Amino acid sequence: MSTLTDPPNTGFRLSMLINDTRYRSLTFQVIAAIALALSIWYLGNNLIQNLRAAGLNISYSFLGDPSGYDINQRLVEYDSQSSHMRAAIVGVLNTLLVAFLACITATIFGVIAGVLRLSNNWLVSKLMAVYVEIFRNIPVLIWIIIIFTIMTAVMPGPRAFRGDNATSSMLFDLFAFTNRGVYIPMPWFEHGLFASAGMNWLVVIAGLIGSWFATRRIGIWATAKQEETGVRPKTLLMVLGVWLVPFVLLMLIMGLTWEVPALKGFNFKGGIKIGGPLIALWFALSIYTGAFIAENVRAGIQAISKGQTEAAAALGLRQGRIMNLVILPQALRVIIPPLISQYLNITKNSSLAIAVGYADITATLGGITLNQTGRAIECVLLLMLFYLTASLAISMVMNIYNASVKLKER
Amino acid sequence: MADNKNNSVAYVAETMLPELPPPARETGVVKWLRENLFSNATNSVLTIVSIIVIYMIAQNTLPWIMNGVWQAPSLAACREVLEGQSGACFAVLTERWNQLIYGFKYPVDAYWRPNLAFVLLLVAIAPVLFFDLPRKMLIFTALYPFIAFWLIWGGTILGPLVALLGFAAGGYVFQTFGKGSFAVGFFGGIVAAFVVWGIGGGLIPEGASENAMLTAVPSRDLGGFMLNLMLGVTCVSLSVPLGIALALGRQSDMPLIKWICVIFIEFVRGVPLITLLFVASVMLAYFFPPESTVDLFLRVVIMITMFSAAYIAEVIRGGLAALPKGQYEAADSLGLDYPQAMRLIILPQALKISIPGIVNVAVGLFKDTTLVSVISMFDLVGMIRGPILASTEWNGVYWELLGFAALLFFVVCYGISQYSQWLERRLATDHR
Repeated sequence: MSTLTDPPNTGFRLSMLINDTRYRSLTFQVIAAIALALSIWYLGNNLIQNLRAAGLNISYSFLGDPSGYDINQRLVEYDSQSSHMRAAIVGVLNTLLVAFLACITATIFGVIAGVLRLSNNWLVSKLMAVYVEIFRNIPVLIWIIIIFTIMTAVMPGPRAFRGDNATSSMLFDLFAFTNRGVYIPMPWFEHGLFASAGMNWLVVIAGLIGSWFATRRIGIWATAKQEETGVRPKTLLMVLGVWLVPFVLLMLIMGLTWEVPALKGFNFKGGIKIGGPLIALWFALSIYTGAFIAENVRAGIQAISKGQTEAAAALGLRQGRIMNLVILPQALRVIIPPLISQYLNITKNSSLAIAVGYADITATLGGITLNQTGRAIECVLLLMLFYLTASLAISMVMNIYNASVKLKER
Repeated sequence: MADNKNNSVAYVAETMLPELPPPARETGVVKWLRENLFSNATNSVLTIVSIIVIYMIAQNTLPWIMNGVWQAPSLAACREVLEGQSGACFAVLTERWNQLIYGFKYPVDAYWRPNLAFVLLLVAIAPVLFFDLPRKMLIFTALYPFIAFWLIWGGTILGPLVALLGFAAGGYVFQTFGKGSFAVGFFGGIVAAFVVWGIGGGLIPEGASENAMLTAVPSRDLGGFMLNLMLGVTCVSLSVPLGIALALGRQSDMPLIKWICVIFIEFVRGVPLITLLFVASVMLAYFFPPESTVDLFLRVVIMITMFSAAYIAEVIRGGLAALPKGQYEAADSLGLDYPQAMRLIILPQALKISIPGIVNVAVGLFKDTTLVSVISMFDLVGMIRGPILASTEWNGVYWELLGFAALLFFVVCYGISQYSQWLERRLATDHR
């Protein structure tokens, strides 16, 4: 018979600090705390001494000073008289812009390549395998530089579009691909509801969101009808109407017109200019990350057992519905967690913008501002803070989504 | 009825008909084509589109590669040779080969040293990668870092020797005292190593590097693909043990240790490598003692190692979590203490599960070594974008150089991932 006995109470010996499990973890933690405190003290002391020697102090007041440099690619008003803070905000918006665009296109590339890699067409699946292997095994920096080189060295200059025997011409007379960037038509409102263009666009977006909600209502109504009568009413026309009618009305009321870029003097004027660096970064990030996403998608689809496909087929579902209703919802659960980390990677890799001169936060705050003011510690800390916040925010949003699609178990 | 049958005997074949060949569309190439390329309309369209794409790529690149000029002093000379034809100017690779591989400042008469170090690297790494090789070779692997350091940086041999002695002393102390108590052996070993380094460092005479057998090469003279390889190998080999320690720390019952590890890992994984490289290039110097000068290579190695250690820690944490709880309980019930249980039972299994993930991190890390070109170190990409493309002779030779860089990285990274797949099959002990 075993009874629990207290260890012999022989009093406390020093060796028990290491040999007795009751005290050992405490000992180690005290050692760790002392080591941590010592190293922080050592590093902090060095920092203070170095700063004193260099005649510096930690201060963020430089953020209010005029920056004195220009940024070509910007989403908000900015000129060289604006503050460093403003430059950083321009950088933040540019980072978010390229990350957002690249996440969308990378997902599209990745899903297409991943599905095609499982195609029963030998040639197509081999081509996709080659795409995935080539892009996964070559550094993204090299891809960014390659595409940037295409944008600057291969594309014709605006001069090539001029004259009667021009060597280049605009695509459909709407898009101009030049070595200074790509020019696309810009929509604007002739007699908008509000004075500012931003407010008008907000109205359009609000309209689209309204249509989306209406579509959902229609879906719910159709399901209720189906449960009641067994027949699902045809909703296609209603959905189309809900989307198109308000949109077209809004466009007619506000007088939508397109400003087409045109060659004026030495350069194109009008339209929206998308700079070469943005395109290089956007395209390189999407095609590189797309290769990783393709592998995730393939793994996700392959993780669904063949029995699921067969069961769905036995129920009489068509090929497309098998994919939509049975395979993809289950595969999504496998695909989403790695997809989150790919989105995080895109956001972090967008910092490579500095290599091609795209004015993201790393290039403005961590590049020019840092070099002009010499405030290395403050700039790098702010930079890290931004990326940490962005990463945490993305993973939080995606985790919420993940929780909503994951298997509900008891 | 029977009569009937007898009457109709004339209509029954008495011999077997000769076997006919299967229909042409059901055999050989045709069948394969029909099944794999043209099974239905969509597939046929896809096949034709793919063939057109392949043809267009081949049509544009093949003549360019075939017409390539391999010997010419400059781009202008290349164009003269080509006489307006489409063709690559690979001459830039032959002419600037040394710069691409070693950087532009490494002394020319010392090129044999990194070459030798590279060959020795293959020898040293072989027993780690292939378990069938004799285990005695691991002794050379242990010595390799010191030999390679001496070969590449040159200078006095006393430096690496003292470092080696420190490790040896630490190892000896651990062997002697570690049997009784792991903690005593571990901390004793660290103390012993530092004592040896302190004494040995003081004994090395000032200016010992000046007339050494191998001329000293400062870190800033390293460059080219050699720099990528060095950063990759050093940081991967340093970050695996650090990553294991972090992963174990994150699983630990001790709250303080656990939180240190969690904060470190999540912080490093939340920021891009470039910001860490900025830390290395502009910020880290503030945290070292005022009069010390820690060179950029070491600072970059510290930051990249921290970066990849955090990722490896997460991979290993996955491996640890994948082990059934019974393994931990079995180790406890055998009376093993924590270090023994980890060393003998948990880690061998957890690491085996984590191998694909670790290799992925290693490949990613090796690709990320190109980022050092952003903080103006002249690695392969830095050499191409800096000195070579800026030179008057080779201004404008983009595709040959970038293609070469891409090819080098592809070969190494693809090789590593193929090795990892082979290793996975080797180590698969279940589902046989």
